[in-house]
Amino acid sequence: MKCAVIMFPGSNCDVDCYHACRDVLGQPTEYVFHKEKFSSVDFDLIVLPGGFSYGDYLRAGAIARFSPAMESVIKAAEAGKLILGICNGFQILLEAKLLPGAMKRNRDLKFHCHDVFLRVENNNTPFTGLYKKGEIIKVPIAHGEGNYFADRDTMEKLKARGGVVFTYCDRDGNVTEEANPNGSVENIAGIVSEQGNVLGMMPHPERCAEDILGNTDGRRVFESILQYVEGSVAHGR
Amino acid sequence: MAGRDDARKLGLADYEYDEIVKTLGREPNYLELGMYSVMWSEHCSYKNSKPVLKRFPTSGPRVLQGPGENAGIVDIGDNLAVVMKVESHNHPSAVEPYQGAATGVGGIIRDIFTMGARPVALLDSLRFGSLDDPRVKYLFSGVVSGIADYGNCMGIPTVGGEVYFDDSYRDNPLVNAMCVGIIQHDRIVKGRAAGVGNSVMLVGSTTGRDGMHGASFASEELSEDSVAKRPSVQVGDPFMEKLLLEACLELLQNKWVVGIQDLGAAGLTSSSCETAARAGSGIELDVALVPRREENMTPYEVMISESQERMLVIVEKGHEQDVKKIFEKWDLNAVKIGTVTDDGMLRVLENGTVVAEVPARSLADGAPSVKRESRKPDYMETLDVDLSSIKIPADLNDVLIKLLSSPNIASKAWVYQQYDHTVRTDTVVPPGSDAAVLRIKGTKKGIALTTDCNGYYCYLDPYEGGKQAVAEAARNLVVAGARPLAITDCLNFGNPEKPGVYYQFEKCVDGMAEAARYLNTPVISGNVSFYNETRENAIYPTPVVGMVGLLEDVEKRCTMAFKKEGDVVVLLGENTDELGGSVYLREVMGVKGGRPPRLNLDVEKRVQDCCLKAIELGLVHSAHDVSEGGLAVALAESCIAGNTGFSGEIETELRHDAVLFGEGQSRIIMSLPEENLSLIQKIAGESNVNISVLGFVKQGNFKIEVKHKGVNIGKIDIPVEEIAGIWGNAIRWKVEN
Repeated sequence: MKCAVIMFPGSNCDVDCYHACRDVLGQPTEYVFHKEKFSSVDFDLIVLPGGFSYGDYLRAGAIARFSPAMESVIKAAEAGKLILGICNGFQILLEAKLLPGAMKRNRDLKFHCHDVFLRVENNNTPFTGLYKKGEIIKVPIAHGEGNYFADRDTMEKLKARGGVVFTYCDRDGNVTEEANPNGSVENIAGIVSEQGNVLGMMPHPERCAEDILGNTDGRRVFESILQYVEGSVAHGR
Repeated sequence: MAGRDDARKLGLADYEYDEIVKTLGREPNYLELGMYSVMWSEHCSYKNSKPVLKRFPTSGPRVLQGPGENAGIVDIGDNLAVVMKVESHNHPSAVEPYQGAATGVGGIIRDIFTMGARPVALLDSLRFGSLDDPRVKYLFSGVVSGIADYGNCMGIPTVGGEVYFDDSYRDNPLVNAMCVGIIQHDRIVKGRAAGVGNSVMLVGSTTGRDGMHGASFASEELSEDSVAKRPSVQVGDPFMEKLLLEACLELLQNKWVVGIQDLGAAGLTSSSCETAARAGSGIELDVALVPRREENMTPYEVMISESQERMLVIVEKGHEQDVKKIFEKWDLNAVKIGTVTDDGMLRVLENGTVVAEVPARSLADGAPSVKRESRKPDYMETLDVDLSSIKIPADLNDVLIKLLSSPNIASKAWVYQQYDHTVRTDTVVPPGSDAAVLRIKGTKKGIALTTDCNGYYCYLDPYEGGKQAVAEAARNLVVAGARPLAITDCLNFGNPEKPGVYYQFEKCVDGMAEAARYLNTPVISGNVSFYNETRENAIYPTPVVGMVGLLEDVEKRCTMAFKKEGDVVVLLGENTDELGGSVYLREVMGVKGGRPPRLNLDVEKRVQDCCLKAIELGLVHSAHDVSEGGLAVALAESCIAGNTGFSGEIETELRHDAVLFGEGQSRIIMSLPEENLSLIQKIAGESNVNISVLGFVKQGNFKIEVKHKGVNIGKIDIPVEEIAGIWGNAIRWKVEN
């Protein structure tokens, strides 16, 4: 599986995603600078990492979506390549309209860095195949603007097609207001596109993918992707 | 020309003005005088502290760079080294907490990557007044957001630090930011403007009128008028700094880079004269070439502006285009503004006309140093407390609850959860334990980091307090399984012109120096911050110690959390009857004063060595140092962190409140499987360290009985969930209500 990690100016989880793809997963991985374009056939997985692209002084992700690399990301998404947007990467995917909805500042206007529990709502995606549906996992968040919002219409459609992949929950899997760290509508932590090949999530699976970090719950996001891509190759898709 | 009146207005003393006239052989013009005033401010020149700082041990087999550069460097083996420095941003934060703290973080990060190192961690040592005061809440919240927004955007995890609350810091909070980087030995770069004809380039952000005279503002007492100095506070742009960081690290891969220095306090003036002074050269630069963000700036404004996110780069002649190319990639300015000369002068031109010409070395190092009068302050004569008159409370559960809900002991999660502490995926022991531990990818190694200082101890006894700050920092690293290596310090004091304050300063330094020598932890970098006072009230003397330790095998790291039911809990070191300076005495019993706990460095060293040996041999499941709140609080913290209970008994001849809540030094609690007990006892015996069994890790309550000759004289028995809730939420409740 060939992986790309896009480097926007202000990306800062680029090295972490690179490490997860290359060293943890053992797959060939390249950085793509935001000023570069690439071809849809170059990569199987394109990661939009966390950080503060262009400082996020406007809305998070609002400027990054105009970068040359994003043109290629959009084409790759249309070609069915897997796109994983984490944190700021998720925000960029929303701004680029590859995923529906928008992101607001956290309900309490503070940055939050701590572990949260997530419920896997949909394991029938290329990103979550190795999780059980309804499984509860622990993953860290680190964001100030993760308050996901979509209007009622969009929410209906999103839910109807199984677009909600992760929701914030408590240790026992209850989706409660207290378990919602940022005010996201219906505790949404991660969603997938209609075609199923674009995932955006606020929590950081790359920060909990190794034993030494005391938590490996996020590793299966990357392993699911690898299994899917290798399966697709095997099936000639 | 500018005369004495101008000099006085700029904060220069008459004898300093005379020295300038003597050096130049003429009266300075206003620009020259302005440059002298910032460079000879206490903040830039250390004129009040230099002779005393010489008492620190600064060398050792692992020291690759001691004080005098932008940051200190200590060897950690395998061609790798740790680069570190701590610096204060107290005055800016007192008048503009958000930007003051943010730019403090920005400045210290630049000091690290200026050396060519990749910054990997931040720590922040903070002091505020009481959280009952609305303005303190504003300062506290603002400082925490400022640190968070800058560090988070940079993608550098903020992994540790401390926060204390005491009225002495009410109007003059302390904001000390520490940054740590990792570098390969052969990549170390220095701030030198060497090689006649080489090009001097200004890179990064544009120059504006922000932060004029910041260095001078930092070198005077705060007053009611200080709010009017908000324009002296710089404005931070962490996104710009992130680009600057990446561009500079890319630039520094090249052998044709001669030197680099960040523009911090005193901006272009300090960076140009210091790089020239270090290399024994001169610099000629033209202010008209400096990219600006505001119109009609005078040479004076350009030379002393403290606009952030700028660097001065000296490159071999002919490589200017190579520099530009790298910075263009990151959408940053890179402009040649001058050249290196051999005449030792800093010559400032405007469109080719000389507007200032002074010897670089005189500006950088020429401030006449001052030996201030030092006299033991009167308050120290009236500190004795008659403990026999203090009755021991009957309800010890209540005492424990009061201690755990004190913001000085309670969990600091409200603070560190606003900091991204997991980015870079190297944080293997996150904030909340005694020290943070980071792995170093590609090696088996880890580094442990902490900052420590008990300002109240230093107030009660500056010498013991200074010693204790160093010893506790080392102890915090040792309980994490690390061998302490080196110190960076931030010495925060009041007005050094007052003999009592100077006495505190000298004695603290002496205590720190002795402990640093004894524990083999040289001081490799640091910063002095004087004039931390308002309306005649000085802060507690607060010499913050930042320390780094090395774990050869990061898998052998240790934390404070009790891990396993049935583990035996032991105490290394001895309980004492000391209560002076304790949080218990001051906050629960309302008694100020007393002598802080004594520290015997020989005992301390043996306790630390014994603990480290036990951890390295893999014999223990947890280790935690006993500090504020004493033994009871230390045990409770290990329970809360491990989400488990404890049941134990202590037989003693001492006052039982001193045993439970006294802050006697050189004590560590460890939990271990019972089968390892005899081996640990043997190791302790060989090290001549006292060891005693306190009890067992048990489900259920936190329970401890104190007995004298078998008779119960005091008891704590309380559900762990209850104390966890109180300890975990105390600061949140205070700030948000």
